[in-house]
Amino acid sequence: VPSLSPFPFPFSPSMVATWMDGEKASGLGSNSSKGGLSLDVPMALRVFSVDYYHVQAPFEIVLWIMLASLAKLGFHWSGRLPAVVPESCLLIMVGLLVGGVIYGVRHSAPPTLSADAFFLFLLPPIVLDAGYFLPGKLFFENLGTILWYAVLGTLWNVLGIGVCLYGVCLLASGSLGDVSLLHCLLFSSLIAAVDPVAVLSVFQEIHVNEQLHILVFGESLLNDAVTVVLYKLFESFLRLPVVTGVDVLLGGCRVLGVGLGGLGVGLFFGLVAALTSRFTSRAQVIAPLFVFLYSYLSYLTSEMLHLSGIMAIVTCAVTMKQYVEANLSERSNTSIQYFLKMWSSVSETLIFIFLGVSTIQDVHMWSWAFVCSTLLLCLLWRATGVILLTAVVNKVRRNVVTFRDQFIIAYGGLRGAICFSLVFLIDDFPKKRLFITTTIVVILFTVFVQGMTIKPLVELLEVKRRKRNLPTVSEEIHSRLLDHLLAGIEDVVGYWGQHYWKDKFEQFNQRYLCRFLIREERQARSSIVRVYQELERRDERADEEHITHVDVRCQTRPHLLEEMDSIRRILTRNLHSFNNKQIPAYSRHTLHGTPAAEGRKPLRRHQSLGGKHSPWSQVTPTVHSITHSSIQPYS
Amino acid sequence: MGSRASTLLREEEIEEIKKETGFSHSQITRLYSRFTSLDKGENGTLSREDFQRIPELAINPLGDRIINAFFPEGLDREDQVNFRGFMRTLAHFRPIEDNEKNKDPTASEPLNSRTNKLLFAFRLYDLDRDDKISRDELLQVLRMMVGVNISDEQLGSIADRTIQEADQNGDNSISFNEFIKVLEKVDVEQKMSIRFLH
Repeated sequence: VPSLSPFPFPFSPSMVATWMDGEKASGLGSNSSKGGLSLDVPMALRVFSVDYYHVQAPFEIVLWIMLASLAKLGFHWSGRLPAVVPESCLLIMVGLLVGGVIYGVRHSAPPTLSADAFFLFLLPPIVLDAGYFLPGKLFFENLGTILWYAVLGTLWNVLGIGVCLYGVCLLASGSLGDVSLLHCLLFSSLIAAVDPVAVLSVFQEIHVNEQLHILVFGESLLNDAVTVVLYKLFESFLRLPVVTGVDVLLGGCRVLGVGLGGLGVGLFFGLVAALTSRFTSRAQVIAPLFVFLYSYLSYLTSEMLHLSGIMAIVTCAVTMKQYVEANLSERSNTSIQYFLKMWSSVSETLIFIFLGVSTIQDVHMWSWAFVCSTLLLCLLWRATGVILLTAVVNKVRRNVVTFRDQFIIAYGGLRGAICFSLVFLIDDFPKKRLFITTTIVVILFTVFVQGMTIKPLVELLEVKRRKRNLPTVSEEIHSRLLDHLLAGIEDVVGYWGQHYWKDKFEQFNQRYLCRFLIREERQARSSIVRVYQELERRDERADEEHITHVDVRCQTRPHLLEEMDSIRRILTRNLHSFNNKQIPAYSRHTLHGTPAAEGRKPLRRHQSLGGKHSPWSQVTPTVHSITHSSIQPYS
Repeated sequence: MGSRASTLLREEEIEEIKKETGFSHSQITRLYSRFTSLDKGENGTLSREDFQRIPELAINPLGDRIINAFFPEGLDREDQVNFRGFMRTLAHFRPIEDNEKNKDPTASEPLNSRTNKLLFAFRLYDLDRDDKISRDELLQVLRMMVGVNISDEQLGSIADRTIQEADQNGDNSISFNEFIKVLEKVDVEQKMSIRFLH
């Protein structure tokens, strides 16, 4: 019986290949009825045997994923911890633990992450998840600001950090002399990839205001794309013998072309996916599969053409989402959402485990100057970048980006999986180890220190700003009236006051695309379903909440302080939020806002939707009754 | 759709609307195309059903009242509003521009002044147009905004508190001036302005 091997880290394609070969070999061997590796004739019939090598690769992969998932379970059961510590911290700690175990057992460096494994298998689920859950309408309304922060902000960070690091290297030319400018730029391009979404999970208790949410979300998505493109650009520069001005210019054109090309590929696949989903009514079980296949295909196609795969997959997801959701059944939609979350979660977990594993090695290169200056520069450039960009963008926005928002965006710039993976893929050169060490330090610092302190700091900020008086009850009520009024007028006018092109696109969408891409009987669905879902969501919230009891006796006596408080609490909880302005933040690890599937509650429908005479009459809903109601959607 | 719509709207009309409301030429043409797209009957006027067809307005708690605000006095169900009336209502939501503040003080106040904006909001409460928000009118609007989870007594106490904070002459209702006073700290100009595209 072969002895159990100590834990080698399984995840590399070569291991999988050897496993496959091993199976073939044992199949061909003569006495392999029990699957043993030895080919000599067994002495007796074996009743019980253990054959670890046979299942080694998948077994270990599953064990790692199981370990990380169990750790997550424990994390969420541990009381106050999820509100204080971002989930990334937990994943890194699991990785460190695993790394310790491996190191302790094997005393040598574990296998490293290969470029293919990362770019082809680990990155797409994460990006697809982010793209699919992007709130489309909000995203496009704030697109200018998001692009501003993502593209310009990333460029600012990359160039700033790169040049300053080069300066540091020149100053410390004793130890760092052989790090060229291009290397510094390459390094800064990968270290600038921030993941502010990771920090939003800490804000679950305070619902993040929607503007901050979409800015952070959009920025994290787009700056991943920008980072990868810049990284590849600098890498190709490094491979050239000499870099001239023409090369830089060509590089700039290439960045643009790569981005737009990725966009085009994504659009194409998104539309084809939407069209395919139109015909899936007879084979509903495989319908979710199309979503994943087409997205992944768009990613692979653009990678094949050396275009930006991230842009492609995001565009594909955003394009096909509204048509697919209209065409597919509720269950298919739910499956898609759950699978996306699951895969992106697993992917991120694996990357962080790698991170932990790689941290515990003895081949690190350390340089105080480099590491400390990188940390400092990262913070500094991000802060200045955000402040400058916001100062400019606030002049054109209606809803200004407040100081609290700016602080969260700047301080919440945690580094994550992408930085780590990209640093491993640099072509080998003498100081590569230094880069890896620095990256790991930066990631650990940002995730642990920044991630855990951001919430207390924000609360400190808010405490300082809450010196002014709480609004009176009248002010709250009348303000809320004004908000509803404004929302209503904006709906009458037909746009939110900012986007002519969005208006035009909506018309085009309704007139041509929806006719073509959405199934016949579901076509009225898209705008009505929104109304229906909104009503259902409101009723759910109403049902879930408990009424606080206010003791009211005589109506003319002056109201006591506790009554004021309870009145205020009632108001904040019950005043209808207009147009869903407060939403739970996007999180890679949980799904929010899924309507209760079991047992439809009776739905109150407004009279204009074809109900009875009183404004809010009780009607038991089915989707059909809404679809066939007399209202014609505005088209 | 833009050019076809502007030929149906005569230049003189555009000029008049411009003078009355302060919108620019392109804003008026753009809003006209919106008007015609809402007008299903294609008779140049909008009825209440045309407004009710807007889905988001149907789920707005104050939807009915907002629609009401477009129609001149009277709750006659056969009411129609033409484009002039439509623009007049929307003019309340134009942002206040700085250069307008120093205009001729003898000219009548522009539709989008702070006072007129507040008057518009006041009229949402005051259905019977007696220039007072009574306790009942307040309760009606509160009930619309708050939903069904709050009992009548609780709502009543909230309404009482609201009136108490505003009422200065002791008539247990809120007059327009009292309304203005209560909202003096709120940035009404910003809350009631839409940036119409040029």
